[in-house]
Amino acid sequence: MDTHKMHQDQLCTEDRKKFIANRTGVLYAVLSVLFVVIFLYSVTLGRFSLSFPELFNMFWRKIFHLPQTWTDAAEIALFNIRLPRIVAAILVGGGLSAAGAVFQGLFKNPMVSPDLLGASTGAGFGACVAISLSFSTFGIQVSAFICGISAVLLAYGIAKVVSRVEMTFTLILTGMVISTMFSSFISMLKFVADPNNKLPAITFWLMGGLTGVNLEQVIALIIPLGVAIVPILLLRYQLNIIAFGDQEAKTLGVNVRFVRMLLIVCSTLLTAGTVAIAGMVGWVGLIIPHIARLLVGPNYKHLLPLSILIGGIFMMMVDDLARGLFTIEIPLGILTSLIGGPFFIYLLFKGRRSYE
Amino acid sequence: MRLEITNLTCGYRNKIINDNISFALESGDIICLLGPNGVGKTTLFKGLLGLVDVVSGSVRVDGENIRAWSNKRLAKTIAYVPQAHTPPFAFSVLDVVIMGRNAHMGSFSKPTREDINIADETLAKLGITSLRNSIYTEISGGERQMVLIARALTQQPAFLIMDEPTANLDYGNQARVLSQIKELAASGLGIIMTSHSPDHAFLCSTKVALFLKDRSLLIGSALEIVTEKNLQQAYGIEIKIITGRLSNGREIQLCTPAI
Repeated sequence: MDTHKMHQDQLCTEDRKKFIANRTGVLYAVLSVLFVVIFLYSVTLGRFSLSFPELFNMFWRKIFHLPQTWTDAAEIALFNIRLPRIVAAILVGGGLSAAGAVFQGLFKNPMVSPDLLGASTGAGFGACVAISLSFSTFGIQVSAFICGISAVLLAYGIAKVVSRVEMTFTLILTGMVISTMFSSFISMLKFVADPNNKLPAITFWLMGGLTGVNLEQVIALIIPLGVAIVPILLLRYQLNIIAFGDQEAKTLGVNVRFVRMLLIVCSTLLTAGTVAIAGMVGWVGLIIPHIARLLVGPNYKHLLPLSILIGGIFMMMVDDLARGLFTIEIPLGILTSLIGGPFFIYLLFKGRRSYE
Repeated sequence: MRLEITNLTCGYRNKIINDNISFALESGDIICLLGPNGVGKTTLFKGLLGLVDVVSGSVRVDGENIRAWSNKRLAKTIAYVPQAHTPPFAFSVLDVVIMGRNAHMGSFSKPTREDINIADETLAKLGITSLRNSIYTEISGGERQMVLIARALTQQPAFLIMDEPTANLDYGNQARVLSQIKELAASGLGIIMTSHSPDHAFLCSTKVALFLKDRSLLIGSALEIVTEKNLQQAYGIEIKIITGRLSNGREIQLCTPAI
């Protein structure tokens, strides 16, 4: 082969490499700016309106402990209601998106969502039980969390006993069974619930929403989310390899059993945690990783951080709609389905390559 | 280095596929594994790699039983080149090749500059640098096979196990892959490959392992094992072996079914 052509080839790859690297960098930058802008916009939005200058003034004076120049009502609206809610939206969006991205890789299927193994329905059932028994908000969260994790452990345990060589496929089936069973339990609870106060509470909770989220709840959510996201980010490189199949991953030196179990546990923590605070918010875990994959490709090195970022942005926007569209709040689950469904069909048309 | 399989019996939970298999592979050897469909060639590979249940017998590298080895240590010694298939996600060729470096990385780390350089060198060595930024799911079957070989080589193993490296390749690509395999063996790798063409045994192997219909295994040099009688026993059809001469005077054997 003549050296001239080889040199040209090399130049091309160098250029392309730089282009791809630049593109990813620009993407991170644009999305980060968007994140900040939407965050600030979300803070100003609401019945108690705050302008940007007021907002900066408040933050500024808070940080340097300068005397208060605003009303107590403004302070409460901002720090006790609005900020916790926005942070919760970011955590829910980011958490569900990360869990969805992980599950799609783990099950080698881009059509999978984080509730595949019953985490959402399990958590939903836990919350319904707690509501029926008139638990406190915190009690509802704990119950949702525990039941979500139990559902997944049940699906995992059964699959482990049943499966022979490849566990993945069995897991999908057992997850389906557990999920269906827990939704039957939910229906049963709704059927026997007091139609005057319990039934509406359960129904409303299941539709999802961040109404009345307070600071303590957000802090209680940050802990499991933080614990879960670290191993996921660290293991994201091996997740790439698992997409090629368990056996191939094993011959490439991946401890498949350990990695898969750790990732399932962490994703379940994320999903159950978000359901515990926000109820059942569908579609986010399915479509956000798709969008991220269209933007940066399937390599989890960038796919995972970008999914989290986009998930946070998306959830802030949806929650803004939920708060601002009408005088009464619209449940989040309804909005995400309304936006997610058609958007997913659009993705199917546009990005066939990402899943074929 | 020496890879030694001793009385290996393996298969699935309650079905033994390979019974009492023994042979050895030295660095620089190419063993061509022949035999009819369903006789257990792929299962033997899986038994070797610890992917199916091993009932008895052992696989040793320089006398050390690999059963107790971690996946990583195994991947650094023996690399597996599966038949090319399509993964569900559109990874770039470079991403796929770098995956071979996993065995050399810490569990929680990501590929370093050096890993990327090794992947690039391997692509250059196999003459497929132009594929570097292509999408793995969009290239041809032959190219994908070369990429999987590149991935296996970045593991920097002592042995390569190749499952039908020439399957689904056109005539030219088959020859290219075979000559690549010869070069790799010449550079010191020990290679076991399966093939459906007995000609490949004549073309590039130093040893042949032929599974007969009854799952017994014959091992020896190509001239000893690939005979009309043995092939008939293995494949159940009449096969003729013809001797030809290349223009440089080298004598070659060719198989053809007598139909």
